[in-house]
Amino acid sequence: MATTETTAKTTSATAAERLAQLKTYIAETQENEHPDSFLIAVLHKAQELYGYLPVEVMDEVAEQMGIPTAHIWGVATFYHYFSLTPPGQHVISICLGTACYVRGAGQILQALKDELKIDVGEVTPDGMFSLQPARCLGACGLAPVVMIDDKIHGELTPKRMVQLINQYRKQAKK
Amino acid sequence: MDNNKITITINDRDYQVVAGQTIMQAADQCGYHIPRLCYHPKLSIEGACRVCIVQVEGAKNHVASCACPVADGMKIHTNTKELRQARRDIVELLLDNHPEDCHTCERDGNCELQRLAYSMGIRHRHFTGERKHYEKDLSGASVIRDPDKCILCGRCVRMCSEIQGVHCLTQAHRGFNTVVMPAYNLPFAETVCSGCGQCINVCPTASFVEKNHTQELFETLSDKSLVKVAQFAPSVRAAIGEAFGLAAGRNMEGELIAAMRKMGFDYVFDTQFAADLTIMEEGSEFLERIQSGGPLPLITSCSSAWMKYMEQFYPDLIDNISTAKSPMSMASALFKTYWAEKMDIAPKKILSVAAMCCTAKKYEAARPELDVNGMRATDIVVTTREMAWMIKSAGIDFVNIEPEKPDTPLGLSSGAGAIFGVTGGVMEAAVRTAYELYTGETLVDIEMAAIRGFQGIKEATVTIDGKDLRLVVAHGLGNAHQVMEMVREDPSRFHFVEIMGCPGGCIGGGGQPYATANSIPLDEEALRLRAQALYDLDRGKTIRRSHDNPDIQRLYKEFLGRPLSEKAHELLHTHYEAHLPKGIVSPNLKVV
Amino acid sequence: MTATYRIIVCDGTTCINSGARRLTALLKEHLDKHDLTETVTIGLSGCLGMCDKGPIMVVNPGYTIYGGLSEADIPKIVEEHLIKGQPIARLAIQEDHLYNRFFRVFGDDKFFGHQMRITLRNCGIIDPESIDDYLSLRGYEALAKAITDMTPEQVVAEVESSGLRGRGGAGFSTGTKWKFTAAQEATPKYVICNADEGDPGAFMDRSAIEGDPHTIVEGMAIAGYAVGADKGIVYIRAEYPLAIRRITKAIEDARAHGLLGDNVLGSDFSFDIEIRLGAGAFVCGEETALIHSIEGARGMPRPRPPYPSVRGLFGQPTLINNVETWANIPVIILDGANWFKTVGTETSKGTKVFALAGKVVNTGLIEVPMGTTLREIIYDIGGGIPQGKTFKAVQTGGPSGGCLPEEYLDTPIDYDSLAKAGSIMGSGGMIVIDEDSCMVDIAKFFLEFTQNESCGKCTPCREGTKRMLEILTRITEGKGQNGDIEKLERLGHMIIKSSLCGLGQSAPNPVLSTIKNFRVEYEEHITEGKCRARACSNLLTYEIIDTCVGCGACRKVCPVAAISGSPKKEHVIDQEKCVKCGMCFNTCKFDAIAKV
Ligand SMILES: Cc1cc2nc3c(=O)[nH]c(=O)nc-3n(C[C@H](O)[C@H](O)[C@H](O)COP(=O)(O)O)c2cc1C
Ligand code: SF4
Ligand code: SF4
Ligand code: SF4
Ligand code: SF4
Ligand code: SF4
Ligand code: SF4
Ligand code: SF4
Ligand code: SF4
Ligand code: FES
Ligand code: FES
Ligand code: FES
Repeated sequence: MATTETTAKTTSATAAERLAQLKTYIAETQENEHPDSFLIAVLHKAQELYGYLPVEVMDEVAEQMGIPTAHIWGVATFYHYFSLTPPGQHVISICLGTACYVRGAGQILQALKDELKIDVGEVTPDGMFSLQPARCLGACGLAPVVMIDDKIHGELTPKRMVQLINQYRKQAKK
Repeated sequence: MDNNKITITINDRDYQVVAGQTIMQAADQCGYHIPRLCYHPKLSIEGACRVCIVQVEGAKNHVASCACPVADGMKIHTNTKELRQARRDIVELLLDNHPEDCHTCERDGNCELQRLAYSMGIRHRHFTGERKHYEKDLSGASVIRDPDKCILCGRCVRMCSEIQGVHCLTQAHRGFNTVVMPAYNLPFAETVCSGCGQCINVCPTASFVEKNHTQELFETLSDKSLVKVAQFAPSVRAAIGEAFGLAAGRNMEGELIAAMRKMGFDYVFDTQFAADLTIMEEGSEFLERIQSGGPLPLITSCSSAWMKYMEQFYPDLIDNISTAKSPMSMASALFKTYWAEKMDIAPKKILSVAAMCCTAKKYEAARPELDVNGMRATDIVVTTREMAWMIKSAGIDFVNIEPEKPDTPLGLSSGAGAIFGVTGGVMEAAVRTAYELYTGETLVDIEMAAIRGFQGIKEATVTIDGKDLRLVVAHGLGNAHQVMEMVREDPSRFHFVEIMGCPGGCIGGGGQPYATANSIPLDEEALRLRAQALYDLDRGKTIRRSHDNPDIQRLYKEFLGRPLSEKAHELLHTHYEAHLPKGIVSPNLKVV
Repeated sequence: MTATYRIIVCDGTTCINSGARRLTALLKEHLDKHDLTETVTIGLSGCLGMCDKGPIMVVNPGYTIYGGLSEADIPKIVEEHLIKGQPIARLAIQEDHLYNRFFRVFGDDKFFGHQMRITLRNCGIIDPESIDDYLSLRGYEALAKAITDMTPEQVVAEVESSGLRGRGGAGFSTGTKWKFTAAQEATPKYVICNADEGDPGAFMDRSAIEGDPHTIVEGMAIAGYAVGADKGIVYIRAEYPLAIRRITKAIEDARAHGLLGDNVLGSDFSFDIEIRLGAGAFVCGEETALIHSIEGARGMPRPRPPYPSVRGLFGQPTLINNVETWANIPVIILDGANWFKTVGTETSKGTKVFALAGKVVNTGLIEVPMGTTLREIIYDIGGGIPQGKTFKAVQTGGPSGGCLPEEYLDTPIDYDSLAKAGSIMGSGGMIVIDEDSCMVDIAKFFLEFTQNESCGKCTPCREGTKRMLEILTRITEGKGQNGDIEKLERLGHMIIKSSLCGLGQSAPNPVLSTIKNFRVEYEEHITEGKCRARACSNLLTYEIIDTCVGCGACRKVCPVAAISGSPKKEHVIDQEKCVKCGMCFNTCKFDAIAKV
């Protein structure tokens, strides 16, 4: 079984294409031994296609895999990697790993919360940013670190953090 | 020494116990009751609550006795100072995240958590802090959910999936935010919940309770303009005594009738009469299908939870379902037609109330297709528990009351009607009647041992007029699921299928009294005693076949004509439709 | 005539993030321009352990390690070093013990430091995406040896005799575990690589997979042969896309070479590996939770026994080992248990990889023989505490571990000594803490993590850690009460002893060990409202001191307009208004704001 690339990016595919891709993927998994065990892989795939896990998609997964929706819901809500709401245009993951914490991630987080006026796990009202906690991003050498979409920004200060946000805002205006 | 036996010590005393069991089971047998919460003998082992911890010499940490097998030479301590404090603190932690609501709580006095807290000696709190808070879900027709009172023992989730196979519930989220809910946190009314109420039965707290109708009933009972008519199901009489501290299995039929009259009911009928009627209709339907080659097997339809389950998961088998209404709905339909006419009472003036062992009957009563002449047939359904509470609340001395007889007609019943409440009972009753209707001969051996007892799926064959008819009986929706898969696979495998939604049948219904202090919910022995009460009732009757019931005969003569007549169809039969609410995935749903 | 060079560019996550790939492209351009593509080859490697100095390039021969490179440096390296043969001293990383191990690996004993690479032996030397590179360094020889020269029993015996203990945290004897699994009659059996690596601030396993994925594949195949399993599964965090890609490629390449799949190397032994992704749950590193997760369920642990070796994945016998444990296997088989046993201490054999981080000069990945002392790691390898600050504690074992103060610095690293000192080996996180960190706050940080990662199944962990966290929070906010420390201890001990799984059984450790070693700090918070590290913001005030030049920067950033003052005059903070956000402190360029 091949694994999926896991960056949660919404592809530009049409709804029908996405659904077809998901169904093909599920069908592949169902040919294996213990087909039910591929639920998490399938949810990864769904999130990759849709950016999050919409209820209709979970219904579809239930239908295709023959797994009760309650079970899927239990799994989808257990794992922090799965998002049940659409993400912002830019996903900011702030590393709250130990190295980053010791080097001031707490202040960066505060700066982010103040600047974006949202809490961790939320999306700004304009849909531009969502804020997620991350454990070690593996860039401890650059601590404190945030990842915006798939780019790492390191050695941050609260001030630089705010500047960075403003850069993204400026880009969006263009 | 027996090969199978090993020696363990509990609290420094030696015991010989059978290998292969858990520490908890062994201790139970040696006379030590280790406190427990998430454990239930019918469900898989969760090991979650940690109330049942013991110390095992040599083990670094405390051991959950419900999950750990005994080993030869094991030295176990169940009541040391350290353990007592740890257990006490664990239970306190549950209380710290629990509303301080006992005085206004449905389960006050009947609550496992309350009892546990008391027995742990928690007399003050050390660790209070933030408490979870969620909205109650009041949308369900049968079951109400209050997550604030949930202590996450997981019994309901296991019951709903492992025994009932409905998979309505899951634990969602994690850690301190874990909460039991249906898929997508849907309101209960929109879920796959069958209404069986088994989650209520196993819940140690008031996190799941039935939708309560006692206040509404008290209010309507004082309405002088109404004629208040009650019926009560077979299993109610076999269990309600437990709510008054009596041993399981006492038949309280007469006391119940008397108490209901004292509460203000003008007429009290026995649902067992309608059970006889159901047999007449269903038995005739069966014969007709055998003769005409109609859709077989015929599948019984009197269990309300089963009907909702079937409509959702097996809509492809609707044609096999008996169209006969449940006894409750037949009786109610007759109250507002035949009986109203006979008594010259305007049907609108009749308040039709049913005391049932069942929570799903609340849902059934609200089905629009059961209305008669534009009126709801059954106005209010209360469970055995609600009825018991009302009797207590009304100050009626239930235990010492002078027993009374039901009103007639629609009151007299045969033994066949009584055993309706036990798994296999409907089948047994139907065979008694079908045999005679078909052959014209009297069935001699009317007790069918093969379909009695609590085995999940029971099969039997009867020969009627040289024809072998294959019968199958299942109780609990998980077993029903298995039988339905067999039917789907090979429809000719069975001729007649009886399904009861609850483990044990209605005697184990979701509305039966809570387990008492020294018992567990759905205790096998209690179920057996309740069943015995109904079998004894049957045996004690001279009339043991539905078609021999003179009131039934009179009803057909005066009103219905014959079974399956047009009139009978209009009042005593119904129809079912596929319902695929959200969360239903496909008729081929797997039980994982 | 120019010399022949091989340049290794670090392709680890951190280096990629600091621009390694852009520099590689640039390097290629310049090589092209100078027509050097024939003589200079470029290889990629996994993390070299010097992430804080990335992007990293190593020029061989000569082992010149360039770090902190920018685009402007590339043409210089090409012109000066590659063409003229003169390494650029300014850009090279020197005199840094942390990297001495490379010289040992490259055969230069002179620079032998305190490190020793067994599990990371190939990381940084081979291109992790090239099976040929791996094969050229005796890759898969151990597998061939096991299959052709040894019986499964002999393989198990060799692993047992090596004294290897699991590197995933608990330190259980690997050989014993293999023996249990091998002894089971039920088939199929499964072999699992636990690459969930959830410890915050640790990235040993990720680097090992990114840098040398074939070692893991080889180790698992050897185990498959030894215990009689024909199926392996790598359970890896979804957050590690690069590692996932590399291990996937390694599996495919191994399959293409007949090293996985039916009839491995033409023998009767068949074995294949599949990859399953985690989805962001620390508890899924616990083996029974991991099994549930692979089965497609909520990652909640279940009581043991039965142990996975008896009833594991899909109810079958299952062998689970950690990434680093797996990486030791080929070495043990190839070089023998007897050699392996020469490294390490009496009860802990071999080496251990640590992710060294926190307040230490050299942060990064290190591998040391068991028995190396904490002091050697922190001062000799790590280069001590930066900015002349004072060492306060070292935290090992991540959220399951403990904090050891100064007096334990000479503790040798092995399972038992660390446990005796009051911490644990854990999976390899090592965080150095200096005087600027508050121990109550550190304890709170770890507990916040475990509390957040609790699966919620059992009462002590679900409810108990929440209450402990509440108590810690109120202490750091200056609202602590008498008796709070005792409550923490009472709850902590109960949670350790009564929880269902290892997460709860170790969650209170950071709290209990800081109470044990730094009780005064707790007491100061509670009785004096004082945080000596000035880390608990509620317990300190910001004051402007006389170095203030009146630049006004602080006044502009203060969110509540608590600062007043006229230009070029000393400013003042209105303590009534100040909400202690610390913005002014971070802003002042003249160190004129003090935390008191
Ligand atoms: C909460 C928790 C998290 C764990 N996380 C990991 C992990 O990320 N990686 C790992 O290899 N072991 C982890 N473990 C240990 C594993 O349960 C298991 O002991 C280990 O994978 C066995 O491999 P080993 O014997 O090679 O160490 C964790 C244990 C617990 C209780
Ligand atoms: S559920 Fe039990 S403990 Fe909770 S409020 Fe009700 S009676 Fe009290
Ligand atoms: S139980 Fe105690 S608190 Fe409750 S009413 Fe009785 S005396 Fe009062
Ligand atoms: S009433 Fe029955 S079906 Fe509904 S949630 Fe409870 S157990 Fe499940
Ligand atoms: S609702 Fe009741 S049975 Fe279900 S987990 Fe909560 S306390 Fe247990
Ligand atoms: S078995 Fe009886 S109590 Fe249970 S749902 Fe059916 S009718 Fe109701
Ligand atoms: S200790 Fe914590 S993580 Fe482990 S089972 Fe209990 S609640 Fe879950
Ligand atoms: S920023 Fe510093 S120097 Fe400038 S006014 Fe404020 S305290 Fe004075
Ligand atoms: S700490 Fe924050 S609120 Fe207080 S003076 Fe400085 S900037 Fe203003
Ligand atoms: S702790 Fe933040 S990147 Fe490692
Ligand atoms: S009864 Fe054993 S853990 Fe709950
Ligand atoms: S990622 Fe390049 S040295 Fe660590």
